[in-house]
Amino acid sequence: MSEIFGVPVAALMGQLMLGLVNGSFYAMLSLGLAVIFGMLNIINFAHGALYMMGAFLAWMGLTYWGIGYGTALILVPIAVGVFGVAIERTLLQWIYKLDHLYGLLLTFGLALVIEGVFRYQFGVSGKPYGIPEPLTGAFNLGFMFLPKYRAWAICVSLTVCLATWFMIERTRLGAYLRAATENPQLTQALGINVPLMVMLTYGFGVGLAGLAGVLAAPTFQVSPLMGSNLIIVVFAVVVIGGMGSILGSIVTGIGLGIIEGLSKVFYPEASSVVVFVIMAVVLILRPAGLFGRDS
Amino acid sequence: MKPNTATTVVAAALYLMAGAVAAQISDNVVKIGVLTDMSGTYSDVSGPGSVEAVKMAVEDFKAKEKPAFAIEVVAADHQNKGDIASDKARQWFDRDKVNVITDLVTTSTALAVMKVAKEKNKIAIVSGAASTRITNEDCNDVTVHWTYDTYALANGTAKAVVQQGGKTWFFLTADYAFGQSLEKDASDVIVANGGKVLGSVRHPFPGTDFSSFLLTAQASGAQIIGLANAGQDTTNSIKQAAEFGITPKQSLAGLLMFISDVNSLGLKATQGMYLTTGFYWDMNDATRAWSNQFFARRKAMPTMVQAGLYSAVTHYLQAAKATGSNDTQKVMAAMKKARINDFFASNGYIRDDGRMMHDMYLVQVKKPEESKYPWDYYRVRQTIPAEEAFQPLSRSKCPLIKN
Repeated sequence: MSEIFGVPVAALMGQLMLGLVNGSFYAMLSLGLAVIFGMLNIINFAHGALYMMGAFLAWMGLTYWGIGYGTALILVPIAVGVFGVAIERTLLQWIYKLDHLYGLLLTFGLALVIEGVFRYQFGVSGKPYGIPEPLTGAFNLGFMFLPKYRAWAICVSLTVCLATWFMIERTRLGAYLRAATENPQLTQALGINVPLMVMLTYGFGVGLAGLAGVLAAPTFQVSPLMGSNLIIVVFAVVVIGGMGSILGSIVTGIGLGIIEGLSKVFYPEASSVVVFVIMAVVLILRPAGLFGRDS
Repeated sequence: MKPNTATTVVAAALYLMAGAVAAQISDNVVKIGVLTDMSGTYSDVSGPGSVEAVKMAVEDFKAKEKPAFAIEVVAADHQNKGDIASDKARQWFDRDKVNVITDLVTTSTALAVMKVAKEKNKIAIVSGAASTRITNEDCNDVTVHWTYDTYALANGTAKAVVQQGGKTWFFLTADYAFGQSLEKDASDVIVANGGKVLGSVRHPFPGTDFSSFLLTAQASGAQIIGLANAGQDTTNSIKQAAEFGITPKQSLAGLLMFISDVNSLGLKATQGMYLTTGFYWDMNDATRAWSNQFFARRKAMPTMVQAGLYSAVTHYLQAAKATGSNDTQKVMAAMKKARINDFFASNGYIRDDGRMMHDMYLVQVKKPEESKYPWDYYRVRQTIPAEEAFQPLSRSKCPLIKN
């Protein structure tokens, strides 16, 4: 069996595959953040909490109301999105004109409140959410057993990421959105309801977080801490990709997932640091991020 | 003149008496600080439940013993960070007149606070943290390690698993003092019992996705994957091992699992696992009686950390009452002299290295169909006598022990 740096190729392929799985989660979460930052100029620190909320809503749906995974996949992002719209209407809309710091602090505070409520209610150990019946089992890829559920998660998240990119970069609606970001006054003067678009954008962005939460529920323990464990990495992804860059967040998310996966093979102790080392290097060489435009 | 002289003498005597009392229990208040993880990974294992257990201990002590001194309880969140823990300990000892700090879940925080306690000549009672370093190389004469340690866990679980035929092991280890200590202690036990350790992978703490590490463990071909981690790291490892089809081909051994973990994973995912614990609520009438009171207040059964904390605080308060003092040396001497007999320990005692010696229990998680009522999770397989459960003094690395 051939080896690369002492690691069998088969094992390496397995780890790359896992990196891809994690990367697709990073991509979907950072995409939501990038969309929100691009359109609203808000650094949404509540993103992790809303992801956690998505997972919990899926669990609550199944436990209390008998709502299955498939239905949750559609209903939960909508519910989280509606919750996001409520946040936007009641809180965020008042601070767009202020410095980024205010948005950051407000959403960070919100995240703490949301997490606190769930922690109070459910404790930190979390709740089990089983893998839905048709997706149990694994594919034998020769070099590894890839659980069907993980394969499904990659497909869903890549599809959603590409669809979002297409919608924003290639459709008329996306053009309106981009115009509203560039010059809100002028866009409004042309008869486009900018506040409505901003509101829906935020709802959509956090809906993506909710969707990621539902996707994550069967693989991770559904716990109030699951968001805060992930969100820091996701922010690093957004910064590396370039704040507000849609394509940047997708590509960087997947790329960093793979790099992190590789570090878990060669030097596991560093796997939680590697993303931040890359972030530091990128910020030194390209302060606007890999795909960002210098302002 | 005479009445005046008499008044002066009485006043002076009263003053001296007051002074004498004050020298014994300062301000006539015994103050207990509960320093724990209030919101992070270990907050179900200890956290608010630990604070509640301490409050219960204080209430019961007041009702039963009617002490002449007041007892206050303060609590704070150390966020599992050593520096925050030692800062808080300093503030409590220096400014807030705290006499004893307890709980101390997470080894790094326990080691940090023990040092501060020694420096300030105050007491630390560790119930939450697990590393044997607390009573070995880092031991001191103001610290007691109450509930369990990595040696006892390794000795209980690893030994049982090796004896059942699980000879080859691979470790998934949380990369900090506790995980390393647990891995080392378990490896020693495995080798001593004729097993073999094929390797280990150290994951950052806390982790979220363990699949990469699990694949490495799978590739090792070991019969047993030993989980030298705790809390959510353990629950996620177990869940993901099932997802990747690693279990049941290879078996998992959770070296530190609490009843809260079993409760959150469910019996379907955990059935058949062996684990070592210092306490199980459903063992006898005494454990049930106390645990039901705890349940009424917390809506969860107590973990061993929380039950041990009740026992430890009660023992401390009894020593304070017996000596009429909150002087560190006097109270420590009294604590080490008295035997501990309560629902948690029978005939327990504190060794010179600070280890509280009590029986441990090897339990096996029940199958879902065997569980008859809520929280009916364990079958006690073996009672491990204290002398066997904990590291013998002959192997101690504690400078207080002369070998």
